[in-house]
Amino acid sequence: MRLRDKGTVDRNAPVSFTFDGVSYRGFQGDTVASALLANGIGLMARSFKYHRPRGVLTAGSEEPNALITVGRDGATDPNVRATVQEIYEGLEARSQNAWPSLGFDVMAVNDLAAPFLGAGFYYKTFMWPRAFWEKLYEPIIRRAAGLGALSGKAPTDKYERAFAHCDVLVIGAGPTGLMAALKAGRSGVDVILADEDSVMGGRLNAETFLIDGQAGSDWAATIVGKLAAMDNVRLMPRTTIAGAYDQGTFGALERVNHHTDIRDGKAPIETFWRIVAKQSILAAGALERPIAFQNNDRPGIMMAGAVRSYLNRWGVAPGKTVTVFANNDDAHRTALDMQAAGVHVAAVIDSRATAQAQGNYHLIKGAHVSGTSGRKGLESISVRTSTGIDTIETDCLAMSGGWNPTVHLTCHMNGRPKWREDIASFVPTDGSIPSMITAGACNGDFSTYACLRAGLEAAKKILSALGKTAADVALPEAEDAPYNLEPLWAVPGKGRAWLDYQNDVSVKDVTQAATENFRSVEHMKRYTTQGMATDQGKNSNVTALALLADATGRGIPETGTTTFRPPYSPIAMAAFGAGAEGKGFAPERKTTSHVATVDAGAPMMEAGLWYRPSYFPINGEKNWRQSCDREVGYVRNAVGVCDVSTLGKIDIQGPDAGVLLDLVYTNVFSTLKIGRVRYGLMLREDGYVMDDGTTARLSEHHFVTTTTTAAAGAVMRHLEFVTQVLRPDLDVRLMSVTEQWAQFAVAGPKARKVLNDLLDDPLDNEAWPFMACGDVTLSGVKGRLFRISFSGEHAYEIAVPARYGYSLFRLLTTKAKALGGGPYGMEALNVLRIEKGFITHGEIHGRVTAFDIGMERMVSAKKDCIGKTLSNRVGLLNEDREQLMGFKPVGAVKQLTGGAHLYNEGDEALTKFNRGYLTSVAFSPTFGHFLAQGFVRGGQARNGERMRMVDHVREIETIVEVCDPVFFDPKGDRTRG
Amino acid sequence: MRLPCPICGERDIREFYYQGADVALNRPAPDAGEQAWQDYVFLRDNQPGEHRDLWQHESGCGAWIVVSRNTVTHLVSGAVLATDIKRTQA
Repeated sequence: MRLRDKGTVDRNAPVSFTFDGVSYRGFQGDTVASALLANGIGLMARSFKYHRPRGVLTAGSEEPNALITVGRDGATDPNVRATVQEIYEGLEARSQNAWPSLGFDVMAVNDLAAPFLGAGFYYKTFMWPRAFWEKLYEPIIRRAAGLGALSGKAPTDKYERAFAHCDVLVIGAGPTGLMAALKAGRSGVDVILADEDSVMGGRLNAETFLIDGQAGSDWAATIVGKLAAMDNVRLMPRTTIAGAYDQGTFGALERVNHHTDIRDGKAPIETFWRIVAKQSILAAGALERPIAFQNNDRPGIMMAGAVRSYLNRWGVAPGKTVTVFANNDDAHRTALDMQAAGVHVAAVIDSRATAQAQGNYHLIKGAHVSGTSGRKGLESISVRTSTGIDTIETDCLAMSGGWNPTVHLTCHMNGRPKWREDIASFVPTDGSIPSMITAGACNGDFSTYACLRAGLEAAKKILSALGKTAADVALPEAEDAPYNLEPLWAVPGKGRAWLDYQNDVSVKDVTQAATENFRSVEHMKRYTTQGMATDQGKNSNVTALALLADATGRGIPETGTTTFRPPYSPIAMAAFGAGAEGKGFAPERKTTSHVATVDAGAPMMEAGLWYRPSYFPINGEKNWRQSCDREVGYVRNAVGVCDVSTLGKIDIQGPDAGVLLDLVYTNVFSTLKIGRVRYGLMLREDGYVMDDGTTARLSEHHFVTTTTTAAAGAVMRHLEFVTQVLRPDLDVRLMSVTEQWAQFAVAGPKARKVLNDLLDDPLDNEAWPFMACGDVTLSGVKGRLFRISFSGEHAYEIAVPARYGYSLFRLLTTKAKALGGGPYGMEALNVLRIEKGFITHGEIHGRVTAFDIGMERMVSAKKDCIGKTLSNRVGLLNEDREQLMGFKPVGAVKQLTGGAHLYNEGDEALTKFNRGYLTSVAFSPTFGHFLAQGFVRGGQARNGERMRMVDHVREIETIVEVCDPVFFDPKGDRTRG
Repeated sequence: MRLPCPICGERDIREFYYQGADVALNRPAPDAGEQAWQDYVFLRDNQPGEHRDLWQHESGCGAWIVVSRNTVTHLVSGAVLATDIKRTQA
């Protein structure tokens, strides 16, 4: 029911929205919860386990009951707290966990079976038969279990990530935070003031306090206005500081557009911030805790402070006849505020025998609420006094068991809060988060005056730590009422008294856990599910562990708390992953021939971050093998062109370049002649092969090294390591030039003819023998030419500055086509290199030595190199190691498969008989059958033997012959020709 | 987290590549013996507390640096260029 002249919602801005398909009206500034209450809707949800009717309990992000789903299709957000979702025109909200409707939920039958469904029910019931768990029990339980569901559709909302830095982060914009931010702001430091609420001011917007004679909410608005006018202060409303991390780093979620209908795909709906602050002030306030009594969960029973929030901020009376049940003075203000607004207060029940009425209302001292009734909403309560039980008609019970400081963030780096007897709650332990000061209600200061003062003091300390002079800010006048409370956790009696509303955990569940010896608070939590899900026990944890302490005969401090972990309140995975979905997941690297390649219809494959063509299909080809075989034919019989720009290229210059290369490669490079290329093998320091590639000497002090595509980054890092960490004395400089040069392989008997059509000065075999390199020009453009071959054919690689890559690729392919050749892709490249016995990272996969790949003679005896010493370990030179060999099918089955294992012919195909495995496999059109590379124990000694190849995954068995890995042109005549 | 690159200043940890203990600075001579090489390549104390380890500012200036940090408090107390340490040693 909406009251006149109360609250700060904009009565001139009506807003329509729907809840479960029914249209309601509210005002700008309403939440779904306040607007529904204003419309007389108390039933907003069904509970998780027993599907009990539930209404709103709180007025903030800690709400355990009123979870709703907002939006539709790809813009669906489940488990949104109705208490934080601001309404806007057209908002669609739905209840969750109820079928067929919120009013009639068939799963409420669980509630009748409740005696069987207590703590540990699942553990005890679904133990056997074991196989039933996955197939039967779990699917049923998962379907029955509540909370919201994802839409299953790709998200259409935009999420963003952002970074911010400041001198001081003030967390919470209540009286403490506002004072702290004002003082820090006036002192000239960079301030970020963040608050999860849409309106700053904290409890000042929910209470009737005066500050310096002004209404608290007006005072807060004035301060916020002053802060907004300061260039050095950044206000971040609707921003939850969700986690505290090392070095003053905080994770924060800003709800940028959840309160608007802006869904243009440009403005983000949420932004996940990383805020780095030199100093921080935690002014997170406190959360009121319920009292456990029988049936304390009916719609209409809510926190006393929340009732004041609905009244004073939103102008809504949550009931016509209000009662209050409390153990402290603070809650009496609910009665006073209600009376002042003209709402009938039936009674205030205070558990303390010494309680004093603070106004003209019916106070029942030393009494408890022992039960409630009402089907889908509260109708009456039972009050147990020393003389008996009375029934009071009421549709709104405001309860308060006291306030718990919001200590959560101080626990995120393993800090443990400490128990304070006078407030019967936990407060933060100093120094739990480096460079953070806690102040105000989150530190146990509950009066407005104490909070204002604590804010100023915290700012003063922070400014001193920053070495800044603190500006003078006057401490305003405000109420300073003492916080009188006698702990009351649960009202004794029969029936279910709820602790954790969200998980349907009752007092009995906690005592039962203790009885069954789940005495540790962490065990109790997991056995009962107390404190899980979206509210993470914000309302119930302290009460639950007080009851556990009682049940186990221990004190509360020694019982301890469960661990609070980030995030403070739920964050959508979409926000955490903002920017990393779709193509943002990994950058795409494209070569200069990319467009021409895609235009030619080539399917692209990923090679690290690079995209390379698999093959270039032409008309009539029905599968990739046809294309691949044709392309292999280009290279073997005419000429093929392939973009090899993705190989890493490192420019190495300086008088000591040769010394460096000698150290990082197993073989010698300092003796390489200018204008020549040499193949090199690089080891890790542990003696295993790291990478291979060719290095060209362009001049006395200038080399260009190539790496494999995948290892380009690792090799660059390694070379920097060697030059900076091991040998900073070397006069040498490195530069990655992978992107600067477009490089193409031109391979095949007609390769020279293609190049001679393009080069300004034609090539001949004498000036350009195999492994020659040097500068060339093409129509005046300076390029580099390397006569190297990865196919075994007469071949070159030609490099031009990247801006000419597109043009050169087109020229090369056109010329090649005219000679009966054309472009070839990775599939053909792979076949060609397997035919020729060249290796890739399929073979040098990190577990092989130079010895294993038959290159031990490349480890020069004349010099040291990285990895040399350890490569000489006895175990790494053992003849029984698995060594690289070739394989071909010789039985009835002709297929070879990569990853298949090798066994002796007489052995069973079992792990203990394993003799090796195949690493690379291809169908060779040149030979007309499959070829493979692989590793076999004994290596060369087994040349010519037959073995079983067994692929257990694909269920293929082939008899193979072990042979030399070089199948094609072993003498290399074609390469040199 | 951020690391103080001696060349670039404080930078986000995602710009750095982590290698391991600064033991790697002192590569033994080829004939130093098996134990020396074993210690250099494989053995690490891994005690909680103060550590000095090698990082490369790979996505920044490329410098290899030795970072002093505490694995208990996560406090990063400083960083120097590996090159400078080696030059001082020499």
